[in-house]
Amino acid sequence: MALLTLLAVVTVAVIGQRSLFAVVILAGIYSFLMASVLIVLDAVDVAMTEASVGAGISTVLLLATLNLTKTTAIQSGRPRLAPLILALVVGGLIVWGTLALPPFGTPDAVIHTHVAPRYLARSVEETGVPNVVTSVLADYRGYDTLGETTVIFTAGIGVMLLLRGFRRRDDERTERRK
Amino acid sequence: MSLDVILRVGTKLLLPFIQLFALYVQFHGDYGPGGGFQAGVITAGVVILFSITFGLRRAQLIAPKAMVERMVPLGVLIYAGTGAAGFLLGSNFLNYSVLAHDPVHGHEWGIFLVELGVLTTVSGTMIALFYAFVERGR
Repeated sequence: MALLTLLAVVTVAVIGQRSLFAVVILAGIYSFLMASVLIVLDAVDVAMTEASVGAGISTVLLLATLNLTKTTAIQSGRPRLAPLILALVVGGLIVWGTLALPPFGTPDAVIHTHVAPRYLARSVEETGVPNVVTSVLADYRGYDTLGETTVIFTAGIGVMLLLRGFRRRDDERTERRK
Repeated sequence: MSLDVILRVGTKLLLPFIQLFALYVQFHGDYGPGGGFQAGVITAGVVILFSITFGLRRAQLIAPKAMVERMVPLGVLIYAGTGAAGFLLGSNFLNYSVLAHDPVHGHEWGIFLVELGVLTTVSGTMIALFYAFVERGR
């Protein structure tokens, strides 16, 4: 509960900030708090990913982006009502959706009665790997992880092409001016 | 890049342990939390931290840009190749049972190779993205 309160405090601080540098640092703090929440929920693998990707790499990449752009947000004009209403409606829908979920940790929830018990029971004898998270990710759901790796590959190539393509055009322009 | 001596010495002391931790996360992922993805990000973190403290030029001596960019597709190829190996040895795509003499060892090998592929792609992508951003800023 204390962690969730801190999360809310950081979110409000992010909204109030004009300096983008502070926003990036606050986003890193948010990720670390989220990782702590995930540890409390016993999802250590996810917490590790959140801490290393959310707080580590994203912060570095966002700071590198700030290096390329300006570091203060542009003051927008009069506050608009439509985005606020949209945000409230979507948030309300999400909260309404969570009401239908089974309570946290219910043993007979749908997700715990389908294939999960078989994975838990047979992971060691079938794959020789005691950590079920690893055996599910890399073996039982190998197709999904192959897809994820391909997504990272595609996203990385895309960003690299974008950054480099613009640069080459700039070079051509400066050459023409000469 | 001239920075504080304390910062440089501190980074030097920390880097091997961070890299060791990345390897631990990679190879101990079968028993504890972690795996290729997390290890890849931590490995990228080592290079990025080195690059921030000692400059991009020296970092690219350790992890040359051409190598890092080749790692991005190489990892996907290792992963898909492991799947295809199962396919060629007479089973389904991504079925590791046939990779060794008995199915359990086959699965251990399969998971090891697949995690290696994920490590290669993830660390390659993260470092290459960092290089792309920093080089554009200059």
